[in-house]
Amino acid sequence: MGRSIRNRTIVIIVSLLICVFGIIGFPSTFQALKQNIADRIRLGLDLKGGTYLVLQVHVEDAVNTASDQALSRLRDDLRTRNIAYAEARKTDATHILIKGVAQNQWEQVQTLAQQQFPEWYVQSVAGDPTSHLMVMKTTTEAAVKNDAYTEAMATIRRRIDALGITEPEIAQYGSQGSYELVVELPGVSDPTRVKSIIQSTAMLELKLVRGGPYNSRDEALTSFGGVLPPDTQLLPGTSDSGTPVWYLVDRIAAVTGHDLSGAEPSQDSNGRPDVNFTLTRSGAARFAEITQRNIGKQLAIVLDNNVESAPVIQSQISDRGEITGNFTTQQVSDLALKLRSGALPASISYLQEQTVGPSLGADSIRHGLEACIIGFAAILLFMLIYYKGAGVNADVALILNLLILVAALAYFGGVLTLPGIAGVILTVGMGVDSNVLIFERIREELRLGKSAPAAVAGGFEHAFKTIIDTHVTTVASAAILFAFGTGPVRGFAVTLTIGLVANLFTSVFVSRVIFDYELSRRTAGEALSV
Amino acid sequence: MEFFHNPQVDWMGKSKYFITLSVILLVVGVAAMIARGGPNYGIDFRGGTLVYVKFAQAPNLDAIRSQLDRENLPKATLQRYDAPSKHEIIIGLDLRTTSGAKALDAGKQAIVRALTHLYGRQSAGKADFNNSDAQMIADHLVADDPLQLAGKGNAVAQDTYQKLAQAMVAYRNEPPREGLVSNFDELSAVPGANSAVISDLKKSFYLSQFSVFNTEIVGPKVGATLRRQALYVVLAGLAAMLVYVWYRFELVFGVAAVIATFHDVLITLGMFSLLNREISLTVIAAFLTLIGYSMNDTIVTFDRIRENLRLNKRENFRDLVNRSINQVLSRTILTSGLTLIAVLALFLFGGEVIHGFSLVLVLGVIIGTYSSFAIASPLVLFWGDRAPAAALGGGKNSGGANAPLGRRPLREKSPRREPAGARR
Repeated sequence: MGRSIRNRTIVIIVSLLICVFGIIGFPSTFQALKQNIADRIRLGLDLKGGTYLVLQVHVEDAVNTASDQALSRLRDDLRTRNIAYAEARKTDATHILIKGVAQNQWEQVQTLAQQQFPEWYVQSVAGDPTSHLMVMKTTTEAAVKNDAYTEAMATIRRRIDALGITEPEIAQYGSQGSYELVVELPGVSDPTRVKSIIQSTAMLELKLVRGGPYNSRDEALTSFGGVLPPDTQLLPGTSDSGTPVWYLVDRIAAVTGHDLSGAEPSQDSNGRPDVNFTLTRSGAARFAEITQRNIGKQLAIVLDNNVESAPVIQSQISDRGEITGNFTTQQVSDLALKLRSGALPASISYLQEQTVGPSLGADSIRHGLEACIIGFAAILLFMLIYYKGAGVNADVALILNLLILVAALAYFGGVLTLPGIAGVILTVGMGVDSNVLIFERIREELRLGKSAPAAVAGGFEHAFKTIIDTHVTTVASAAILFAFGTGPVRGFAVTLTIGLVANLFTSVFVSRVIFDYELSRRTAGEALSV
Repeated sequence: MEFFHNPQVDWMGKSKYFITLSVILLVVGVAAMIARGGPNYGIDFRGGTLVYVKFAQAPNLDAIRSQLDRENLPKATLQRYDAPSKHEIIIGLDLRTTSGAKALDAGKQAIVRALTHLYGRQSAGKADFNNSDAQMIADHLVADDPLQLAGKGNAVAQDTYQKLAQAMVAYRNEPPREGLVSNFDELSAVPGANSAVISDLKKSFYLSQFSVFNTEIVGPKVGATLRRQALYVVLAGLAAMLVYVWYRFELVFGVAAVIATFHDVLITLGMFSLLNREISLTVIAAFLTLIGYSMNDTIVTFDRIRENLRLNKRENFRDLVNRSINQVLSRTILTSGLTLIAVLALFLFGGEVIHGFSLVLVLGVIIGTYSSFAIASPLVLFWGDRAPAAALGGGKNSGGANAPLGRRPLREKSPRREPAGARR
């Protein structure tokens, strides 16, 4: 065997071993073999079963929260500086209207705005010299939205991780300003619980109770003469007997979810499930001060603007508390999880949901493998019959091609989907084209009377350019599919591309080595089997 | 063994028949599309809800329809899925039915309620084993602890029950059960599921007679996004192909190739409509692959035409095209045949999920091969013939198919190889 043939053969054998190792590792038993393959080849949702969700993060909520906070700060600041005003209210998410300020005090308002509200700017209202409009800067608005989106994604990721789902995917979806997320949950075929955990805002606030419980909103309003005291709000809750009631609470929370350092499911003094929470140092300090000043009053524990309970403050509490209510064990576990992961800065709605059951996934795998094996076998057989000796050549190249493809998936962590399996079959069908091109050209050269070695050389040389051409168009299609497609379609693009690239190696390099080996073993003038 | 030993077919002479055939197929296809009111868009593009359900026995479609009526879903569609012996149906709701509801999955929940009413058993507090995933089963087992593993520690218990639940789900999914267990005692075949486990399952679960094995819910916003995506994919594909062929060959070749490919897509789309198959995103992917493949085939023929042009400047163009096609015929038929074997395997054995995708490929391979010599080459010939007449400014009698090649404007795009005559 010539040196060149030997070296090239070594390259091929080493590649083969690397591929095989990549797919099956070093198994000691047949069971371990199957396990290794299952571990190394990542299956897409359509083969493994699982849930695929696209959700919308309503970032406008965060903008509204920011302007709400700015408004209440503005009112406080105007009060402390003794600037009289008729009204200050939001006209929309990014605009605050201030009416009825005396002419000589406007400059003070301007200064206040510049110093305390740098993310806003003040502009006058046409036709009304006593009113001004505070407008949120567009850069600020964009920053608020982007921060809310990023924080929402992180919070959702924490919640999903806490649920113990294996290998979930949470990623941006859609174009830049769409604020959509895609979530993939392998193995989850009933997503009801996960969806509600993801979607729940889980905003915890502890607010002092100023009045109540009232049996209806109207009852509450009439007891205050139709107008609620400043900086209070009415929130719904449930009485001990289960009827809906309303509480009048401070608008500003004493302690919020941001001050939590931990939350655990536990049991209250009656043995019913509840959640124990602990506070951070700053939160604990604030909590201690408020409980000390308000002993005897009620403290509403508000979750997503609903009063869960309103216990009476017995004594100064600093760093812990409990949330009691009519909960099941599952509910306290989920609630603790949500509190630990943090509140969502914006609400979520679902745009798309797809759930593939495991039976369908297993079915698809079975069908896919069946089609693959049958197609592959048919092609192998055909090549043997039509091209005889060279057919063996092509078959070896094809087998190696397949091995490289599967190994590449295993090494690069590519995901195999059902269209991906179709891509494998297509690779085989289109890949064998390269061999056909070469063999047909060799036959042509032989017909023209060339010697076997010259025919082989001529065949490979002439065919190479065409092989590249045909591969480029298909790989270009695959690239477009990868760029614009999602999930299963991407899997198809990936296997097709890897397969065709590997095909370049096997049909040109490997086939040539085998031919050269054959030639070196023949005496001059002996016919080539093609 | 060889199929075609030196074929000498006059392809260009038969181009009239080919064009007639193509026109007939196009008309039939377009007529089918119009008759059906446009292409049959799948849920990816239309939006809506699809719930795929498998039943233990043949489902009573009328009973299901009237129960869905009671759930305020009178316009739900019921359609058989896969072979009749599998007892599988798809229940579909279109976007308008569910658009009013707040939650995306309101329609699906209503369908599941209806099915549970008919084929489940409303046992208070018990979960449906046939519609639970491994995690839910494991959670129940961990809570009840029938194997009394609590003493060995939490991690051991979790792990054991997880694996057991997964094994039971895998067992449930294997044929012949395929997702439906009719009796808990069947589960004793699963290693590790002893009598304690089984009686615990009987306490916590019931067995319904239906199993939801797939759901697809697409809201309006995502539907619009996917429609846009599909459009971009197809346009990008066609544009890329045009650019590539233009770069490699002359404009005439490029346009001819694109027209041929367009012809392939239209005919395949028409056939698809005729057979009333749904167009989903994976089907669009198949079309794009078809475009790539058809181009592929056409390029091989053009490659040979160009090579012969370089080598035989004196030859009559029409004869040259015929000879080129005959030279590549063996290879073309073989390649297409082999690819056809591959996609036929996929079509026949690949299962229902990928059926539309594989159908497009089967049709595409056949039509794509056909168009290379039936559409693309005649076009090149036609333009190649016309151009000398126009270049001379004269009428049709000054040029034509027999014009000496010196006046032919078709040339090698960028000759970078050694001069003609020195055949390597």
